[in-house]
Amino acid sequence: MEILLQQIINGLVQGSVYALVALGYTMVYGILGLINFAHGEVVMIGAMLALSSLTTLLGMGIPPVLALLLSIVLAMLGCMALGYSIERIAYRPLRHAPRLAPLITAIGVSIVLQNLAMMIWGREYHSFPQLIASHPHTFGGAIINDIQAIIFILALAIMAGLMVVVHRTRLGRAMRAVAENQHAAQLMGVDINRVISITFMLGSALAAIAGLMVSANYGLAHYYMGFLLGLKAFTAAVLGGIGNLRGAMLGGLLLGLIESLGAGYIGDFTGGFLGSNYQDVFAFFVLIAVLVFRPSGLLGERLAERA
Amino acid sequence: MRSDKKSRILFAVLAIALLLLPFITDTLFGRGWVRIVDFAMLYIMLALGLNIVVGYAGLLDLGYIAFFAVGAYCYALTGSPHLALAFPLVFPDGVHLSFWIVLPLAALLAGGFGVLLGAPTLRLRGDYLAIVTLGFGEIIRIFLNNLNAPVNLTNGPQGISRIDAVNVAGAPLSVTQNILGISFPPVHLYFYLFLTFTALVIFVSHRLEKSRIGRAWMAIREDEIAASAMGINTRDLKLLAFAMGAMFGGASGALFAGFQGFVSPESFSLMESIMVLCMVVLGGMGNIIGVILGGVLLAVLPEVLRHSVVPMQQAMFGKIVVDPESLRMLLFGTALIVMMLYRPAGLLPSRVRRRELGSDEVAEKA
Repeated sequence: MEILLQQIINGLVQGSVYALVALGYTMVYGILGLINFAHGEVVMIGAMLALSSLTTLLGMGIPPVLALLLSIVLAMLGCMALGYSIERIAYRPLRHAPRLAPLITAIGVSIVLQNLAMMIWGREYHSFPQLIASHPHTFGGAIINDIQAIIFILALAIMAGLMVVVHRTRLGRAMRAVAENQHAAQLMGVDINRVISITFMLGSALAAIAGLMVSANYGLAHYYMGFLLGLKAFTAAVLGGIGNLRGAMLGGLLLGLIESLGAGYIGDFTGGFLGSNYQDVFAFFVLIAVLVFRPSGLLGERLAERA
Repeated sequence: MRSDKKSRILFAVLAIALLLLPFITDTLFGRGWVRIVDFAMLYIMLALGLNIVVGYAGLLDLGYIAFFAVGAYCYALTGSPHLALAFPLVFPDGVHLSFWIVLPLAALLAGGFGVLLGAPTLRLRGDYLAIVTLGFGEIIRIFLNNLNAPVNLTNGPQGISRIDAVNVAGAPLSVTQNILGISFPPVHLYFYLFLTFTALVIFVSHRLEKSRIGRAWMAIREDEIAASAMGINTRDLKLLAFAMGAMFGGASGALFAGFQGFVSPESFSLMESIMVLCMVVLGGMGNIIGVILGGVLLAVLPEVLRHSVVPMQQAMFGKIVVDPESLRMLLFGTALIVMMLYRPAGLLPSRVRRRELGSDEVAEKA
């Protein structure tokens, strides 16, 4: 029973990070109908930027909490600039090109980012400095430590904030209008290019925070971390219904749960044939299952059945 | 139109040049380069297979190397002593099927995987296929890496070695053969094997391109809704393209395993899929000559980089600042972006493709 609870806690914490990344996919998809393949790499760059600035700031003798806040801001700004440039360079010129073209540039961008990161930060794993003494709290027999609690609560807060932005502000209304119908939105005086740029920047800022969370949770960052994370977050977005913000959040949390419960119990189910080293496989099977049985996702209304 | 006689002479010259290629390369650059040429041929086969999927049918497959892996492991398991480890009672010496039996099986198995993967995704938008294939490529690698316990099926990250060489007319290609007084070392022999298969793949691709099926694929690529309105069964045809590409990948994989004598999961990373995709995109999607050109360029480029970048950096900085591997990937990534932005139809665009991709630039931003 404690193990079950523990897996649920781990799954929810991991899932909240997936949800943040999934929001980035889903926002861009909602507005442009484009899968931003490079999003996972933006998460990675965010983690790396945060980590580098954190170690530098700590080396300068700045108190840990201030250093952490500063490095979050730096990573967010860096990623926002990155997201903006990705859209400008790789997607905007191809907005009316055949579907294949932006998909291929997206792959190109993600390879370039990955290899640039490898050149800058090397192939080795970077460890995340221990900033706050993380106290474990027992919770019905399961353990949740401070970092996990902060990640979970912060992620929920950010998601709530995003919902407010999208549903209560002028900008959010413009975003929803562009998602609904670009031409009509433009006729109503919405500057589409600006809205699209802002969407990419928002998504990238979320990605930066998610990147920092992942590396804080695992204590590690690596130039290759973005790929699998991106794939899983995309799965989360599809699971919830791509293009739907609430769907991305739900999908992220669910996928985190599926993964941690699956990895925890796969050994028992298969009589020890498959072990927890197959954890990364679950997301993929979830993706296939969703596409077979409910391609519009759990909360998606619009069926994405267009060529 | 070129006259029939002229094209026949050109073809003969080309054929003779190709037949002499391993000997010329051997004398001019050394044996190592013949091996590189062999690999270039393998890549051309792969690229032509992917060209069916991406170039003809317009479906983005980002895990193409997984089918190559399926083919390679298919022959690695059925043509090596390895299975003796897992099932010592059933196969005391492992399994040693003839390459020529395994080859069609490998192609069929890879094609089967293609159908399994394509069936749920092909009725949806193309982007889903891209991401599912991307995931599939990784999953295959995870399984290959981990299926060494509790039953040692794939030998995990160490890979499978001592794979039987390909036999042609009872003679193994792994030892130097004397034919008519000329000695053919293994790399030369494999070159001729690969040349035969490449020619076959080119022939099949060419015939497909002009066939009813090929024209239907291009119709789907250009406008799926219009194509289905014209009575084309888009779902089945997309599935066919996908399975056919996978079959070519599987067959190339079996050839690779026989040639190399060793397979391990690291040969089948995402980067390899991207490299094959680059060959197709760079050369010109849907154009056979373009894809071959792309294959040759990108197979030789890493070697050129290795021979030029490393000494250059050592001379300039006294150490290696950027390793050729990541420089290569950086170039590939940039090439993908630049090609799509400025020359979306590739270096040698196919005529239809040029018309289709070129005209879009007229559409101003909305």
